[in-house]
Amino acid sequence: MSVRSTVLALPTLLRIGFADAVAYRAEMIVWTLSATMPLIMLALWLAVASEAPMGRLGQPELIAYFLATFVVRQLTASWVCWKINTEVRDGTLAMRLLRPVHPLVAYGAENLAAIPLRGILSLPAAIVALALVGTTPLPRDPVLWILWAFSMVGAWLITLLANFAIGCLALFLESSIKLMDVWFTLFLVFSGYLIPVELFPPLVRTIGDWLPFRYQLGLPVEIMTSAHDRASALTLVGQQWAIVVLHLGFTAFVWRRGLGRFAAYGG
Amino acid sequence: MIRYLRLLGVQLRASALLGMQYRIDFALDGLIEVFWAITSIIPLFVVYSARATVAGWSFGESLLVVGWFTLLAAVLEGAISPSLTNVVEHIRKGTLDFVLIKPADAQFLVCTARIQPWRAINVVTAVIIFGYAFRLLGHSPTFGGIAMSLALLWASTAVLFSLGILTVSAAFYVVRIDNLMHLFIAIFDAARWPSAVFRGVIRFIFTFVIPLALMTTYPAQALLGTLPVSTFVLSLLGACVFVGLSRLVWLRALGKYTSAS
Repeated sequence: MSVRSTVLALPTLLRIGFADAVAYRAEMIVWTLSATMPLIMLALWLAVASEAPMGRLGQPELIAYFLATFVVRQLTASWVCWKINTEVRDGTLAMRLLRPVHPLVAYGAENLAAIPLRGILSLPAAIVALALVGTTPLPRDPVLWILWAFSMVGAWLITLLANFAIGCLALFLESSIKLMDVWFTLFLVFSGYLIPVELFPPLVRTIGDWLPFRYQLGLPVEIMTSAHDRASALTLVGQQWAIVVLHLGFTAFVWRRGLGRFAAYGG
Repeated sequence: MIRYLRLLGVQLRASALLGMQYRIDFALDGLIEVFWAITSIIPLFVVYSARATVAGWSFGESLLVVGWFTLLAAVLEGAISPSLTNVVEHIRKGTLDFVLIKPADAQFLVCTARIQPWRAINVVTAVIIFGYAFRLLGHSPTFGGIAMSLALLWASTAVLFSLGILTVSAAFYVVRIDNLMHLFIAIFDAARWPSAVFRGVIRFIFTFVIPLALMTTYPAQALLGTLPVSTFVLSLLGACVFVGLSRLVWLRALGKYTSAS
């Protein structure tokens, strides 16, 4: 499982992942559509803001915020937890272990390869956003765009690693889908998916700053909609990457301990 | 009729036993339900901390809508969605044969096949939400209001089942459909809010195509005593049309079923 063999295998893995995404494109469209919650929340918040803006957020800012949420969620999605659960149950994880590539890399490549298609599917939301509110909410500073790129990669990594770690718990618990449900519920509340984080009462905001969820979604959206200047964006991206490192450590630990318990049924 | 009621009892008992087979899952599922119900009210608190009313609805009134949403979510995710996922599985494997040869109506059998008993905890949560909402409103519902809202509860359950049957009927034509159910559940989430919040096209869809307004907003209005009688009657009629339509489509789709071979 050397670095060299991994790098050599990567293009093939990406190609397989892309073929997989294209093969089930109808399914992908349904998945994309089922992430319409930001659009429903947008309708709600527009009704709320019709009398007066909520803090900094008036109607145009809210349109920009929730359409950006939709796009960022599409681009940083991961479904590895469900996949590992299936593969632990039916024993196909054993096949992955035979390959000279770390399963985390293989799963990651699969998610990464679906991004172009998901990008195309979320394009309409971006176009509607630009048509409705123009480019005013977007930051003008190129440094902020660089930080945004880092925050996107960080958000994707946290989602992938959390999925992988919780998926690995299936090796101890038989099924960890329920735990993923808990994680997802917390994500819905604290990530900024339903409510922009800045609208939370101060106490809840402080709690949210210490949890990983905001860094999975809210942070890139906030940077994209000019909620931060250079300094605060840099601090937050720094915190985000600290969380990425923590997740990496925890994931490696769970994986190593869990693998010892892997016994494929009938395998 | 009596025979079908007894059959329902048998199906419920079998599902309960199946559900309690994995005890930790069972307990955990109940806990997650309560947790989810509580977290799903958080947006409501945030919205109403800044405003006294949204689209003409006060906090207490909106809570009534959330109460109905919680109740119907229990029905949808506890009875409808698992049963229908089950049918899709049957269709794909060709084992629907075993259901069809039984001497009872196939639609009834598939609709009651898988019921997840821990979802019943949501009914308790809903009652608590109703109680709290009426304490905030400072008055209790009238007897007529309660009767009307119960009639609407029947109507919305019927519509939910019909929408489920329509989704499943599609599975006879295109086999991969399980995620359509996810899509439906995602859309259903909008029923958490009073329908007055939505404008334009979305409002039209949520009133007539996927009648979310009928499911949560109208029953809440009935309890408040502000639902026009004409809307009430039209809702019941609409529900009957939905049931008839889904029955028709189901029978036609069943004709397409080609069995395992």
